[in-house]
Amino acid sequence: MADEKRKGPRDNGAPDYKKNLHPLMAKNYGQWSYHEKIKPGVLVHVAENGDKLYTVRAGSPRTMSVDTVRKICDIADKYCQGHLRFTSRANVEFLLAKKKDIGPLIKEVKEVLGFPIGGTGHSVSNILHTQGWLHCNLPGTDAAGSVKALMDTLMKEFESDNDLPARVKISASCCQINCGGQGDIAINLQHHHPPVIKPEGVGICELPKVVAICPVAAIRPRQQDDGVTTLEVVDEKCMYCGACHGQCPTMEIRDAKTDTLTIWIGGKTASTRNGPSFMKLAVWGLPNNPPRWTEVSDAVHKILDAYKATAYKYERMGEWVERISWQRFFELTGFPFTKYHIDDSAMARTTYNTSAQVRF
Amino acid sequence: MSEKKKKIETPMVDELLDGPWPSFAKDLKEWSSKKPQVGQLLGQLNQSYEDKWNYWQGTVLNVDGYGGGVIARYSELAEEYPDIAQFHTIRVIPPAGWVYSTESLRNLCDIWEKHGAGIMQLHGMTGDILLLGSDNKTTFEAAEELFENGWDLGGSGGALRTLACCVGEARCEMACYDTMKTTTDLTNRYISQLHRPEFPYKYKFKLSGCANDCGCSMQRSDMPIIGTWKDDIRVDQKEVAAFVTEHGADFVRDNVINRCPTRCITLNKKKIEIDNKECVRCMHCINVMHKALRPGVEKGVTILLGGKRTLKIGDTMGVQLVPFMPLKTEEDYDKLYDLVERIWEFWGENAMDHERVGEFIARVGLGTFLDGVGIDPDARMVKAPRTTPYIKFEEITPGRMGGEAEDDPAVSNAEVEQMEKA
Ligand code: HEM
Ligand code: SF4
Ligand code: SF4
Ligand code: SF4
Ligand code: SF4
Repeated sequence: MADEKRKGPRDNGAPDYKKNLHPLMAKNYGQWSYHEKIKPGVLVHVAENGDKLYTVRAGSPRTMSVDTVRKICDIADKYCQGHLRFTSRANVEFLLAKKKDIGPLIKEVKEVLGFPIGGTGHSVSNILHTQGWLHCNLPGTDAAGSVKALMDTLMKEFESDNDLPARVKISASCCQINCGGQGDIAINLQHHHPPVIKPEGVGICELPKVVAICPVAAIRPRQQDDGVTTLEVVDEKCMYCGACHGQCPTMEIRDAKTDTLTIWIGGKTASTRNGPSFMKLAVWGLPNNPPRWTEVSDAVHKILDAYKATAYKYERMGEWVERISWQRFFELTGFPFTKYHIDDSAMARTTYNTSAQVRF
Repeated sequence: MSEKKKKIETPMVDELLDGPWPSFAKDLKEWSSKKPQVGQLLGQLNQSYEDKWNYWQGTVLNVDGYGGGVIARYSELAEEYPDIAQFHTIRVIPPAGWVYSTESLRNLCDIWEKHGAGIMQLHGMTGDILLLGSDNKTTFEAAEELFENGWDLGGSGGALRTLACCVGEARCEMACYDTMKTTTDLTNRYISQLHRPEFPYKYKFKLSGCANDCGCSMQRSDMPIIGTWKDDIRVDQKEVAAFVTEHGADFVRDNVINRCPTRCITLNKKKIEIDNKECVRCMHCINVMHKALRPGVEKGVTILLGGKRTLKIGDTMGVQLVPFMPLKTEEDYDKLYDLVERIWEFWGENAMDHERVGEFIARVGLGTFLDGVGIDPDARMVKAPRTTPYIKFEEITPGRMGGEAEDDPAVSNAEVEQMEKA
């Protein structure tokens, strides 16, 4: 490899999207007039000149063998003039010029790939997730597996586009770095104690960098009796965020015995209506139980049931809770409201009810 | 353990083989007949399920000339699973908007079957194509073949990260600018910053063609670029009438008129009127009545700054920095580049190590930041002016740059000489 190494960076940059566009996308680029839902998972986009591009959206497991990706390509070659697209939520979009191909394509997607069709409109779409135990160095839980387990219970919600008041976006994160995004519902891992420093590891990382990464200055150097400098964590200051663990594996934040899962709700990225919002803590202390994480799916369904029953149309989860109040949310779902739901960060006061308004 | 040949049992992972949602476990299990390391990967995953514990260590591995793009992983169970002793991820920049020809996808598949474990993730959360499973040798071979085929590595570390955008003008009538072109142009112009980390910390752009933000830019990118328009919403009253006839006036009132955040729409029988001056371009009415209403024609972008996820100060959203900027001509693009470069310069020089630009703004204050990058304050940047009366007027007292305390800070005594000067 020595020769090739000397070639240095090629800096090719991004592939040319124009070469990858479906011919109808290239032809009508910037000239789209409107779209319509044909059925769950199937859309038609109509161009100013009347051209129609059909989209069939299928849920993928995101992590795939090249064999599966090739099968996706086979189907796209047969029906889509060799072009397809992926969404930010790991759905595959098959693009078709002919309406009559929709039926046969769906049949093949289901039979050959086993992918369900849906994820459009007011559905629960595919779950955003990162690496988990399959490939990250930091996780306290899995990502691909827990997502598979949860989606198995959400097929009805994925495959319909008006079963819910509005779209519901779910994300999952496997440590408190939270690579998974904000979501209407987010399932995140929670650590419960400060990092335990693995003594054999100290020295493999640059200590000042580890000290500097802590957002609350809880880490400080300590001189051992033998003169070696190591680190210590001030327990009271530490908020168990795991930032130091990302910097240095010696700062072991995970604990198979105590790590749990929390559910957060009400995040929204769109600026529609009242704008974007952050999610808030709904449920904590759920056990981290592979391979099916049933306690998590039970809780998610409780939330979805309450939402379906009482939200207005076009009301995203965060907007719904804001209207009905958190008090009602906890009543409707039966989850306890505890002192841990009360914020204690610098923003805390902005989250208290500073009015005389009260519901009964 | 010496019984390497022993069949790898994965009873817990096997519980994910069935069920209606497509199973990565089933796919990988089948694929493991071709790539034994994939079977071992599932073996390690099963061990994780049993122990609720992770067995990957991370380190750094760089392709020559690149400061990122490879996420190196070493298995702690290498004795048992020798073929995943080194099992790295290569991040690859996708075509903007994740559009593919099957030719280009197959090309990736072939390269990755040849040099790696043949597992792909489409896509990573940042937006990269993730290729899983190469070792210390094949990583370089794969990278070389990727380069030869026109692909390039994605970002990692304190660098510009791989950009992502919504489908935009390629298939969406809502799009107010060309997200795919902008994504590609920014990537290529700043490819050096993407490949060779030189920032205080990561910097992400995400681009969405309108306020629906399908590119998830607000909370997941340092610099959300979101399409908008300046003139009036285009109304097709014939389609409005058809919509009202189909759904009824009550539906329109409940779901459109009353949901407008600024209450700037009125329904008059089967016609609607919009007070466009009060419209905040939130997209709601257009989403609901998408055949009748469309964004205006004087299009451009709103640029925000400082979104990120949790670490370390908690989640942040982008702050509105540029309310409107057209993005059509080359001069428009030059203005965007100029802004980006001014931000990088000020942030690069003044931020602390590992300080995202949103954290930097939180520390020094938006006012100081605006001074630093040379942008005038605009009332659209805030929800409301301050409520605290403790203000340092620079005309009277010297300006303040938040951050590290000086060794020898100025100490005031009781004299009010400053006031007298003013
Ligand atoms: C060793 C440490 C880390 C590992 C292994 C890791 C892993 C990952 C991976 C695999 C992705 C998807 C990448 C892609 O699409 O190419 C990702 C995305 C992300 N990471 Fe990390 N991460 C680490 C540290 C961090 C830290 C320290 C933060 C917070 C400051 C962070 C925040 C995020 C966020 C917010 C995303 C996704 C956001 C987006 O959509 O762009 N990660 N991470
Ligand atoms: S959330 Fe944590 S464990 Fe999961 S992929 Fe991100 S850094 Fe790794
Ligand atoms: S877990 Fe977070 S708060 Fe605790 S020491 Fe590490 S970086 Fe600091
Ligand atoms: S963000 Fe707007 S322009 Fe982009 S795909 Fe979504 S609706 Fe269309
Ligand atoms: S885009 Fe939003 S703010 Fe503007 S008129 Fe429609 S609903 Fe109102």
